[in-house]
Amino acid sequence: MATADIEKNFQDKIDQDIRIEPKDWMPEAYRRTLVRQMSQHAHSEIVGMLPEANWITRAPSLRRKATLIAKVQDEAGHGLYLYAAAETLGVSRDEMIDQLHSGKAKYSSIFNYPTLTWADMGAIGWLVDGAAIMNQVPLGRASFGPYARAMVRICKEESFHQRQGFEILLVLSRGSAEQRRMCQDAIDRWWWPSVMMFGPNDDASPHTAQSMQWKIKRFTNDELRQRFIDICAGQVKLLGMTLPDDRLAWNEHRGHYDFGPIDWEEFRNVINGNGPCNKQRLEARVKAHVEGAWVREAAVAHARKNSNLNKEEAA
Amino acid sequence: MIEKETGSSASWPLWEIFIRSKQGLDHKHVGSLHAADAAMAIENARDAYTRRMEGVSIWVVESKYLHASNPDEAASLYDPANDKVYRHPTFYDLPDELKHM
Repeated sequence: MATADIEKNFQDKIDQDIRIEPKDWMPEAYRRTLVRQMSQHAHSEIVGMLPEANWITRAPSLRRKATLIAKVQDEAGHGLYLYAAAETLGVSRDEMIDQLHSGKAKYSSIFNYPTLTWADMGAIGWLVDGAAIMNQVPLGRASFGPYARAMVRICKEESFHQRQGFEILLVLSRGSAEQRRMCQDAIDRWWWPSVMMFGPNDDASPHTAQSMQWKIKRFTNDELRQRFIDICAGQVKLLGMTLPDDRLAWNEHRGHYDFGPIDWEEFRNVINGNGPCNKQRLEARVKAHVEGAWVREAAVAHARKNSNLNKEEAA
Repeated sequence: MIEKETGSSASWPLWEIFIRSKQGLDHKHVGSLHAADAAMAIENARDAYTRRMEGVSIWVVESKYLHASNPDEAASLYDPANDKVYRHPTFYDLPDELKHM
């Protein structure tokens, strides 16, 4: 078959919602896009454990502590599902980890913000996980089979992450004046970074059209962002709190909430490494990897020794 | 020496994970993970794939031992089954009055 025919064949499969599996033919750019997106996604899960791990030892009750540990453990698992799915495309785990540690690969810039109070655990669950779920649910129908299957499992597990976050804020919102202040402060700090999680506006997102044609993406950044804002604008009322946006107002004509301008300068700054915690996050990752090397080596040595013993017994 | 050990020689092989979700069902492929040996692969699979009681039994197979059919040869591979509709019960013309068959 000529290359043009193979490519048409590939796009026909996508158009018919037939999933692409690792051994199937795919355009090199499709493979590259997926490896980049899936590894970034995996890195985000792994780095995303750090801001929350900060609060495990200081969770206010055993119930909250158990929940937070379970959530962080889920995130490790989600990172693993995604790394494994990316590996089906021929990239190795070591390569991906190296790219994260050298700064070549990005992760979601939301995790470069600090977690200053306990209320941040609530705001992260409600807003950050809420935005992530909004992004991830459509990815459960992504055209690449291993990615879609990983996303379905992740979304199933993420639901409790968002609910426990909202519960934390709900309890604070019904607490003392100080707790209510803490709740509002966390929402104020996490709102705009969460809104930015959907990425640049559609007109500034050159890859969107191609990713949608390949059904790696099902909705544009702005569509998902609008849906997120509409939902949160309703939910925040249950907390008796406000979102930090003077321009937030229901627009009858559009059937959506209007919202104020997004500070893309800040977004670019944080992506380019100048956020409040970029350095700290990467250092923590590299330190864990380097200091854990002896464990990985010991496990390999142990496995070799056992397999040699077995061979001797068999002989 | 240490340099060498931290290189690829220390990376753990890949394993494919199969989980039986409950007694009476088949083991089903759920994904893959890295582990130094089979015992560790089973423990990692428990932590990665059964945090919410999704399984009662785990199989692990080192990925290099798994052989797969080639999707490019699918047409010829499945061709022998293509024209044998008589293997299906609906192929046979029988009167509606015939019950329990």
